[in-house]
Amino acid sequence: MSGNIQLLSDTLERARSENRAALIAYLPAGFPTVDGGIDAVKAVVAGGADVVEVGLPHSDPVLDGPVIQTADDIALRGGVKIADVMRTVREAHAATGAPVLVMTYWNPIDRYGVERFTAELAEAGGAGCILPDLPVQESALWREHAEKHNLATVFVVAPSSKDERLATITAAGSGFVYAASLMGVTGTRESVGAQAQDLVRRTRATTELPVCVGLGVSNAVQAKEVAAFADGVIVGSAFVQRMLDAPDAAAGLEAVRALAGELARGVRRGGDGAGAA
Amino acid sequence: MSSDFFIPDPEGTVPSTEGYFGAYGGKFIPEALVAAVDEVAVEYDKAKSDPAFAAELNELMVNYTGRPSSLTEVPRFAEQAGGARIFLKREDLNHTGSHKINNVLGQALLTKRMGKTRVIAETGAGQHGVATATACALFGLECTIYMGEIDTQRQALNVARMRMLGAEVVAVKSGSRTLKDAINEAFRDWVANVDRTHYLFGTVAGPHPFPAMVRDFHRVIGVEARRQILERAGRLPDAAVACVGGGSNAIGLFHAFIPDTDVRLVGCEPAGHGIETGEHAATLSAGEPGILHGSRSYVLQDEEGQITEPYSISAGLDYPGIGPEHAYLKDSGRGEYRAVTDDAAMQALLLLSRTEGIIPAIESAHALAGALELGKELGKDGLILVNLSGRGDKDMDTAARYFGLYDTDAAVEADASSDNGAAEIQRDTK
Repeated sequence: MSGNIQLLSDTLERARSENRAALIAYLPAGFPTVDGGIDAVKAVVAGGADVVEVGLPHSDPVLDGPVIQTADDIALRGGVKIADVMRTVREAHAATGAPVLVMTYWNPIDRYGVERFTAELAEAGGAGCILPDLPVQESALWREHAEKHNLATVFVVAPSSKDERLATITAAGSGFVYAASLMGVTGTRESVGAQAQDLVRRTRATTELPVCVGLGVSNAVQAKEVAAFADGVIVGSAFVQRMLDAPDAAAGLEAVRALAGELARGVRRGGDGAGAA
Repeated sequence: MSSDFFIPDPEGTVPSTEGYFGAYGGKFIPEALVAAVDEVAVEYDKAKSDPAFAAELNELMVNYTGRPSSLTEVPRFAEQAGGARIFLKREDLNHTGSHKINNVLGQALLTKRMGKTRVIAETGAGQHGVATATACALFGLECTIYMGEIDTQRQALNVARMRMLGAEVVAVKSGSRTLKDAINEAFRDWVANVDRTHYLFGTVAGPHPFPAMVRDFHRVIGVEARRQILERAGRLPDAAVACVGGGSNAIGLFHAFIPDTDVRLVGCEPAGHGIETGEHAATLSAGEPGILHGSRSYVLQDEEGQITEPYSISAGLDYPGIGPEHAYLKDSGRGEYRAVTDDAAMQALLLLSRTEGIIPAIESAHALAGALELGKELGKDGLILVNLSGRGDKDMDTAARYFGLYDTDAAVEADASSDNGAAEIQRDTK
């Protein structure tokens, strides 16, 4: 079976044709349980997320702040395996029809085997991968297998990326470009800096790929602000925090569905969503 | 004086432009750090060919660190090693008490060259943290040290030293709460504060150029030792022995001997309670290739690439990775790596103390235990060079508990309840 890179592109294109940004939600697999994580993905899509990133938890998440570290810890202590991540992708995609990517660190895939991982991800209906510690110059082997299985390779760009390097990265990437709104790890922030807008502008100058902004976005006001200049808004820690704060699993699902709804209104530029925050 | 730092690279020891030693090394870093890591590489290249940099570093090495460090023969200790002659390279006599100062002074000068005002570092035993805090005091740099919470307890003395020197010490509570988690937290800090901050990495791991650069700053150890042992023993040693955690003191000793193919290069890894128990940090003996902290090397990991928690009585060796050049030396056969248990290291620590009046760091005691074994293998004509990478003052609480040196159990308990309980930590966490 072939990966769903086309579905990802079509989904982002549809959002663009509706004159809005796409909402991309991140949730770790296996958090709070494997089945609970699958339910959470379904809930955020029901709430209005267009695209989902499923995290493959890692023992050493150097790019994640305390919220996602906590969720990863819970998932790993619960014994989450790559097979569970694949099941999460399969069931979430089958139930929602949304494009589902995997986000993780490079060592789990390197260890598992690139061909085995990409083949299984494509078979599960996955759309691609985001590998934030695999820089473009180390990515040739990954890209070869991802292309073979029709999986997107979404690279992260940062405010510190120089223009020349942006061009190299976007030429190698596919699906969309993940623009980090600020210099830092995942987690919610009071404000999403002006750096993000400048980075999107510089990135757009190098590529036709959609440019989606992540890191720090947690509410509808911020989502609306980012949607004014980006093709997509990526939210992770805010969803995880809602689940951590919920008194039980059912409340957690309701909370992430509600947040997805607020954010989905936020990404509709000029809509009334901002007031919901 | 002539420079022992800017020496020609022995053949086969220069990494590729992408930072690889054979199959190991590279730069597996987030995009946000690419510009900063590249800046370090460019600035280091410039510094290497700048005579003023070499002169300033040499001046510090001689008049601040106290280089060259002594070479001490230890005949009473060697009686327990089959009669082989053993010489110790005394990095424990450097200012701050270990080899770590060599690299720290080099990178601190580099920090100034890059115009950065803040330094962060990880530390395990606290020796790199103390050395970094020292250099920051010397150069007027802001300093934050990340240290695993377990290590802040078993190396409480070094925490106090760092704070005395004006550094902020952050106890890292995530993961295994030891060295690897301190490095994770330092990377998170660096990503967020890279504009004005240099990550003064303390070992020969991490992304390129750190493995080669940190090695270069430490290879003065081997350059001096090679000259000293030729003068004193009239020949090269049969083996050069060092403990290996991340691998910085070992590569510093080994490097000058790489072309001397008759000199065995022996790294002693921490076997903890024994490799068979699973409670160890013997990365080259029991690990497999993988990516950790920015480079490909051997790592301790499970079948799905999750890093497993290491264990050693020695905080400085308690790390599930290893510098990529060591992985290369292992695969090429030029380096030999053997595992030394907690108990063997502690017995060697006691023996050196009682026979020579030198109390080594528990880290270095792993190399001493390896030398005792090697001596028996080599016989009485053997000649062994050991890097005594650090002094044992910081380990006195751990050693006192291990050997029962405190006067009463009450004293031990009183001390333990004052949050200084290294013995409890050693025995309860694993």
